[in-house]
Amino acid sequence: MSGSTRRGFLARGLRGAGLLALGGGLACDSSRPHAGFLGVMERANEGFQRALFDPDRLAPELGEDEETDLEDFRRYKISREFPVAPAGWALAVKGLVARPLTLSIADLKRLPRTRTRVRHHCVEGWSAVASWDGVRLAEIARLAGVDPRARYVEFRSFDAGYASSWDTESALHAQTILAYGMNGEPLQREHGAPLRLYSAVKLGYKMVKYLTEVSFLPVRTGGYWEDRGYEWFAGV
Amino acid sequence: MSRPAQPWLVRATHWANVVLLAVMAGSGLRILVAYPFLGPRGDEYGWYPLQGAQPPSALTLGGWLAGARHWHFAFAWIFVANAVVYVAYLFASGEWRRRLFFPRRDARNAWGTVLHDLRLRKEAPQPIGLYNGMQRLTYTAVLAMAPLVVLSGLALYKPVQLPRLTAILGGYDVARAIHLAVLVALALFTVVHVIQVLLHPRTLADMTVGRDERPEEVS
Repeated sequence: MSGSTRRGFLARGLRGAGLLALGGGLACDSSRPHAGFLGVMERANEGFQRALFDPDRLAPELGEDEETDLEDFRRYKISREFPVAPAGWALAVKGLVARPLTLSIADLKRLPRTRTRVRHHCVEGWSAVASWDGVRLAEIARLAGVDPRARYVEFRSFDAGYASSWDTESALHAQTILAYGMNGEPLQREHGAPLRLYSAVKLGYKMVKYLTEVSFLPVRTGGYWEDRGYEWFAGV
Repeated sequence: MSRPAQPWLVRATHWANVVLLAVMAGSGLRILVAYPFLGPRGDEYGWYPLQGAQPPSALTLGGWLAGARHWHFAFAWIFVANAVVYVAYLFASGEWRRRLFFPRRDARNAWGTVLHDLRLRKEAPQPIGLYNGMQRLTYTAVLAMAPLVVLSGLALYKPVQLPRLTAILGGYDVARAIHLAVLVALALFTVVHVIQVLLHPRTLADMTVGRDERPEEVS
């Protein structure tokens, strides 16, 4: 029996056991992790993570000597090539806001500047450190006048539709920023230029690069990896 | 007065743990496949001999990273619940007295067993009640690994929201090494444990049907 057949057999066996024990509809299907028992437990784990989340708790700020060499900080993209910002790029801030905004990089650089240097946690299991310069999303939310009914924030990009939706509490955390600089330099194309989301409180795949839109919404939407089966909340 | 070598709650939690540990180990190894290195990026640990080595796919569960993570975080709670039931029973029933390692009772006996197993001594020390000293030492050590694997796992799951735990364990990447080290230790234990059971099949009957009764120890 080949490894994959044996694994399939084990998975089928466990699935069968799950079905018997839980009376159907609650199976464990690795290819559909949001469904069945795995989905039930994802929602339970979201509750656990929300209960543990303290909006005032800051991740430790690290020293410059802890920065990972730039070439060791992995770069990801969905498009075949690293995307290039369209001419006349500007960030749209919209949704449940009193004042929809259109912000150029120059506009963003006039807003209060924040630097954060925290440990980055990738869903794959690696960690790395960089410093990020930008504007707190909480500052943008204040300028736009966000409606309290906006319990979710959706981030969209020009990287082949890459997107992610967040809970508002994590999005407004003091270490969640829209970053235009990395390690004291302007943000490179490979790391999401001209503007990317960076945060101490989420896994890397939640931090959308090549940003185009920030929408404050009353409902949660999915995201590129979330729609493919990755966890939606993904806090750290 | 006598009681079964393995009361039914011990048997039930033992076999549940076999399944749960297999699910946790298989899904954990599938998570490791995504990044089979230890240490922060660009500063990987020199002492880890398996940098970049993929775990054998026959030992993994979950199919892909997202599937494995969902299995792992779903069954972690059931693993913990099963362990809590076992530990509660261990203390409520008084079973801890005949199962846990107490140096004054067990140390000499454990050492004698080691000498016997190494063929340095002819006669095997008699078990003291349910187990010999070496069994008690091993089982107690395995029980002590459970909190370590759970706490290091929690630190990996929530390194920012559990800052003190993460710091006590030496940070995120050290916690990841600890988490894997406990898996290796549990795997080694399991190999020796299964060999010992095969050499002493009556223990398998004790742990399965549990009808074998032995006099309760006096001490």
